[in-house]
Amino acid sequence: MTRFKWLVPTFYIVFLMLPIYWLLCMSFKTTNEILGSFTLWPERFTFDNYRRILTDPTWYGGYINSLIYVVLNTIISVLAALPAAYAFSRYRFAGDKHLFFWLLTNRMAPSAVFALPFFQLYSAIGLFDTHIAVAIAHCLFNVPLAVWILEGFMSGVPRELDETAFIDGYSFGRFFVRIFVPTIAAGIGVAAFFCFMFSWVELLLAKTLTSVDAKPIAATMTRTASTSGYELGLLAAAGSLTMIPGAVVIYFVRNYIAKGFALGRV
Amino acid sequence: MKSENLRAWLLVLPVVILVAFNAVIPLMAVVNYSVQETFGNNEFFFEGVKWFREVMTSQRFRDALSRQVIFTSMILLIEVPLGVIIALAMPHRGWGVSVCLVLMAMPLLIPWNVVGAIWNIFALPDIGLLGHSLNKLGWDYNYTRQPIAAWFTLVAMDVWHWTSLVVLLCYAALTAIPDAYYQAARIDGASRWAVFRRIQLPKMKRVLIIAVLLRFMDSFMIYTEAVVLTGGGPGNATTLLSIDLVKIALGQFDLGPAAAMSLIYFLIILLLSWIFYAVMTRDEQE
Repeated sequence: MTRFKWLVPTFYIVFLMLPIYWLLCMSFKTTNEILGSFTLWPERFTFDNYRRILTDPTWYGGYINSLIYVVLNTIISVLAALPAAYAFSRYRFAGDKHLFFWLLTNRMAPSAVFALPFFQLYSAIGLFDTHIAVAIAHCLFNVPLAVWILEGFMSGVPRELDETAFIDGYSFGRFFVRIFVPTIAAGIGVAAFFCFMFSWVELLLAKTLTSVDAKPIAATMTRTASTSGYELGLLAAAGSLTMIPGAVVIYFVRNYIAKGFALGRV
Repeated sequence: MKSENLRAWLLVLPVVILVAFNAVIPLMAVVNYSVQETFGNNEFFFEGVKWFREVMTSQRFRDALSRQVIFTSMILLIEVPLGVIIALAMPHRGWGVSVCLVLMAMPLLIPWNVVGAIWNIFALPDIGLLGHSLNKLGWDYNYTRQPIAAWFTLVAMDVWHWTSLVVLLCYAALTAIPDAYYQAARIDGASRWAVFRRIQLPKMKRVLIIAVLLRFMDSFMIYTEAVVLTGGGPGNATTLLSIDLVKIALGQFDLGPAAAMSLIYFLIILLLSWIFYAVMTRDEQE
């Protein structure tokens, strides 16, 4: 039985890859071929779909917008979460448990619930349709997650490190930046990965908070699907391109992804 | 002690401000709407619990809620055991590990509306690979017309999208088990089942709690993928809670009922998460 164990992950990976293959396959077909007949691979291979996306500013602008707010959000989330995670892992303070639980409950609020109030709030403070608005809005679920992950990593670092540094005359700020942050670099990488991931895949809030200037690529796709007819090839090419940032990031953190949640406390 | 309190609160302050700004203000707006009636022109009238009573007794909400409960139960019953089985069967060393991890994590990093679009294209009855194959195999399959086919596609899509999360979490826990445990089991002549039941399952328990909670919360909140795939149809067959909510709030602009429904929805998730958590950690406290 153990000899055939490799079949399980193999079948699973084939199941995962089939829809992705189909998307890539569609993206290299002409619209005529897609609608005309059922073909297992592109018979009239074409790069036209990709060429259109990479030369049309409304298309590639969407990618740039998405990347800007995702990177902004990752930076804000990790920077804010670092000191907070340190406090949760090192101090017992008034209301710490309640605060931690309250942070986590924000992970449970359906985006659909917040869509309309978010629109009103960000319009009221004049940030509607800016990258920073989406970056701050995504903090709602990314900051609690980053605190959760970082706290797990920090609790794995012995307290003696802090105490020795303070005896050696380090100020708190200097200790934190020079010694502590490099020690938990792996944890910061994992937290940044998860922030990047959840900000990149979220659409509902990003779409609600933008109209033209900061429109994410995912929203450009839904608009195209409804207005310019049913151009499956173009849609497939845009979809294929959205998988690239994720694939690049996974490749870099492949040895750490599994650890991210496992180390956090419940 | 006092100074420690102060310093700790100073350190968590940025997080509290960021999250409170995003969570408390919109939540207050929702609470505000849920107790008022509006006829436009920014005129509001206090209505008390009218909307809550209306939502709780409406057939539409109950239907959406029961569809949501069925969907989430199916997701948990399929994805959690499947994820555990795949994690157990994964290679532990060598080149296979990286290949498995990278390929399995792929669906997790695709934007949710693209996930919907991928399955939309994949399952088209005439020109999609899945739809075409199923029709060739003799199942008269069309997910835009048949409720059963729509449900099948929706569940398959979620399994495709999220099972890897369970796999990655369980795999992380399994690799953390020292080899000495397995050697001891071998010396005792333990069966495969005994190794799973007495060593692997207890070691996975903590991450399984996280996995079940995350899968529960996220499948209960599913919106984007389902809207792109089926749009809640055919008819109302796959109109889950958040799809219905957005229809009421943004489609019909019925702010009061939508806000009341949002709060009930949020409370259901909080309550069920707490019950899951309490039940699963009960043994530890005894």
